[in-house]
Amino acid sequence: MTTTATAADAAHLDYVLRIADSALILGQRLAEWCGHGPVIEEDIALTNTALDLIGQARLLLTHAGHLEGKGRGEDALAFLRAEPEYRSLTICELPNEDFGRTCLRNCLFAAFQMQLWQALASSSDAQLAAIAGKSIKEARYHLQHASDWTVRLGDGTEESHGRMQRALDYLWPYTAEFFSPTATDQQAEAAGIGPAGSSLAAAWEESVVPVLEVATLKVPARTPFLSRGKEGRHSEHMGHLLAEMQYLQRAHPGGTW
Amino acid sequence: MERKEWPLWEVFIRSKGGLDHKHCGSVHAPDAKMALSSARDVYTRRMEGVSIWVVRADQIHASDPDAKPEMFDPAEDKIYRHPTFYTLPDEVNHM
Repeated sequence: MTTTATAADAAHLDYVLRIADSALILGQRLAEWCGHGPVIEEDIALTNTALDLIGQARLLLTHAGHLEGKGRGEDALAFLRAEPEYRSLTICELPNEDFGRTCLRNCLFAAFQMQLWQALASSSDAQLAAIAGKSIKEARYHLQHASDWTVRLGDGTEESHGRMQRALDYLWPYTAEFFSPTATDQQAEAAGIGPAGSSLAAAWEESVVPVLEVATLKVPARTPFLSRGKEGRHSEHMGHLLAEMQYLQRAHPGGTW
Repeated sequence: MERKEWPLWEVFIRSKGGLDHKHCGSVHAPDAKMALSSARDVYTRRMEGVSIWVVRADQIHASDPDAKPEMFDPAEDKIYRHPTFYTLPDEVNHM
């Protein structure tokens, strides 16, 4: 009984960390746009999105810290873990490249978050359900904003269309990870904490594919490629991102302002 | 390549139900949808609003600043146009 309870608790923590870390890492990536947006309006829009995601990460990491019960707060979890301890989806850590790819990733990810938050509204974890209720409104706006740009650029000039198609070809394989089955998914679903990723695949495709079609983009065929960031196995980009994100807390432990 | 500026839109925000939309700034955007979206991102980040209007700046017809004397000065000595000279019954508050 104790072993089962421990395994279930570990899966619960792992499940929450995946959602938290994905928001944190994409928030960090999007923050790179601050001061570099193509126009000031979009610079602010991307930074707003980044702040929404970091806000979600703060709530979730605080919750994860309570679940873990080792006295680690949001800062310790955000800034003082090693790379394999981060459970974020690999797609979140990929470089921004250009504005188009940034928006396309936001579209693919926000559509996934929408499905997740919707399902989590009825989570047996009341705190998680409350965070979902707040976050779904943010995700809805992120999806709208990113979808608008996906269509605008995909169905835009020859140059913008080409960039968006290349971006989709690059990003699409990483979306398989949203839905890949893992023990954590299975246990979270069994305990009523939240949906297994695989159960969200159909609804996600239904929400994303029509946008890509309006954007005149060709959806690539699925391949066997599967990234495993949510299991702690990250791409070569993650270390660089963490080095920058963690620098201040590592150099000045406990520093606040 | 020719670089075309996006048109300018004036942004009006209603800060809460029942109040007027007030002009608060402008954004550049190629269409109304994006102007609304940008206005949301630029001007309502600190809970400033519950409703947004955007209007193409070139659709606004403004009075000529040089015509100020004939437009507005004649109202200066018509103080009786203010309703402050009427005696109101006590029951009528907040006039």
